[in-house]
Amino acid sequence: MALNSIQARAIARRRGRSLLFREKVDGYVMIAPWLIGLVVLTAGPMLASAALAFTNYDILTPPKFSGTANVERMLGDELFLTSLRNTAYYTFIGVPLHVAVALGAALLLNTKVTGIRFYRTAFYMPSMTPPVANALLWLWIYNPDFGLANIVLSTLHLPTSKWLWDKNTAIPSFILMSLWGLGSQMITFLAGLQNVPPQLHEAASIDGAGALQRFRHVTLPMLSPIVLFNTIIAVIGSFQVFTTAYIATNGGPENATLFYVLYLYRNGFEYFKMGYASALAWVLFLIVLVFTLVQFKLSNRWVYYEGDLRKG
Amino acid sequence: MTTLQRGALQLFMTLCAAVLLLPLYWMVTTSLKAVGKEWLMPPQWIPNPVVWSNYPDALTALPFNYFFRNTVLIVVLATAGTVLTSTMAGFAFARLRFPARGFLFTLVLATMMLPNVVTLIPTFLLFKQLGWLNTLLPLIVPYWLGGTAFSIFLSRQFFLAVPYELDEAARVDGASNYRIYAAIMLPLSPPLIGALAIFSVLHHWNEFLGPLIYVNRMELRTLALGLRSFQGSFASNYALMMAAATVTVLPVVALFFAAQRFFMRGVLMTGLAGR
Repeated sequence: MALNSIQARAIARRRGRSLLFREKVDGYVMIAPWLIGLVVLTAGPMLASAALAFTNYDILTPPKFSGTANVERMLGDELFLTSLRNTAYYTFIGVPLHVAVALGAALLLNTKVTGIRFYRTAFYMPSMTPPVANALLWLWIYNPDFGLANIVLSTLHLPTSKWLWDKNTAIPSFILMSLWGLGSQMITFLAGLQNVPPQLHEAASIDGAGALQRFRHVTLPMLSPIVLFNTIIAVIGSFQVFTTAYIATNGGPENATLFYVLYLYRNGFEYFKMGYASALAWVLFLIVLVFTLVQFKLSNRWVYYEGDLRKG
Repeated sequence: MTTLQRGALQLFMTLCAAVLLLPLYWMVTTSLKAVGKEWLMPPQWIPNPVVWSNYPDALTALPFNYFFRNTVLIVVLATAGTVLTSTMAGFAFARLRFPARGFLFTLVLATMMLPNVVTLIPTFLLFKQLGWLNTLLPLIVPYWLGGTAFSIFLSRQFFLAVPYELDEAARVDGASNYRIYAAIMLPLSPPLIGALAIFSVLHHWNEFLGPLIYVNRMELRTLALGLRSFQGSFASNYALMMAAATVTVLPVVALFFAAQRFFMRGVLMTGLAGR
């Protein structure tokens, strides 16, 4: 009997161990597709593009090592600097505006007016337009002579604009166009607003806080993690703006909308300068990395996680 | 809120909704105008005559039947791969203990923040080497390798919230990890699968840069790419162009109304990921 129970325990232990072993094997089997993808489609290509950045490669002949020539070229490349400037303009004006307007829209949609479902659908709908259709539609809306935008403006007796056809208004036109698609960000803010416990608002009201103070000291802190996440994703996306620009202006007028990825695409796939394009890709990666880290770093000054004690 | 404030708010929101919907109205009405009438000043707010034939005209001007077929093929196959491989990985990250799990999951999170452009050129060269240019493979196969970092992340979050008693009971009964995944977890996951599928469908329906660099032959183009070619051939024929554009918007809108519940839940899962 005693022997049997010892044996049984030993068997159970062995079985337990083999179960643990199975778990390790199965775990790796189940993440294997992702792991292969990570090596073949992410890590490998990243290293490859880092290596290609130091070469001259036109696809037809093998890559030739060129040292830091690509980096030096970049520093003197007027178009590179232009594309960087355009992209920064689009991102640093566009993203904060986008976040603010989406938040405002979410606040509107969080009220109890009649027909709120209709309003939510109406506000969300534009963001469903696929990028290519979106670009073609706005190309038509912005048509200086026959487009909707100027028709509306002149009906209201406001000055009209050349929109995408004027180098000073081209990027603001793109920002306006992107604001139209605020839907998905707005919905996430709306969800965040609905997650704010009503007791907090009640408590603040009892303490005599007005609507504005409640927004500033209750709603905003509770929403701050979502704002951070959305801002980071929006900045990354905004640095990579391509499709709408490629279709609507293809960089014009006078390179006013030559965005970074558009310039990278041209170098890689129109001029077949794969080495230079890889260098451009890595510079973009480093820029995005720095901005993401900075945002995380700054976030502990303004982002509030539930249960945290506020510093300062 | 006073009645007056409520009325003002209602008015303001109606105005906002009108402004937001006006571009879509403009797109649809333009698509129904007789060719040339889109250039009338003042514009026809209601097309007269209503020209439905713009739609068949636009769709036959270029081989849209191919564009549809290719897009649907990519959407279906890539979505199947995303759902299968990312729920598998998500399940493993949430429920199985294996060496370096924490580190590997950190890599998932890191790749979520990675701009896709960084890998664009070497990936293109790789697929070129494999002889996959001018095939749909580069637009499908990568999604059988874990879908996207985001879909894995969503899956893991979802599975973490499933009560542990369920798989423990199954394990006591001798069920393997694969069986627990397939017979216990997946049947509990329609909300997750729905959200993953919708995101994937939208992504592949909208995707432009990928098809642009990988596919050149007319009969392999996707809708997004086909719409672009349409712009090339009918640059100033806005009636036809808006008809073609509307055709690419309608399925998305239909999907939204058909699957609104999944849609919203998906957006919520995404947005609240920041928490």
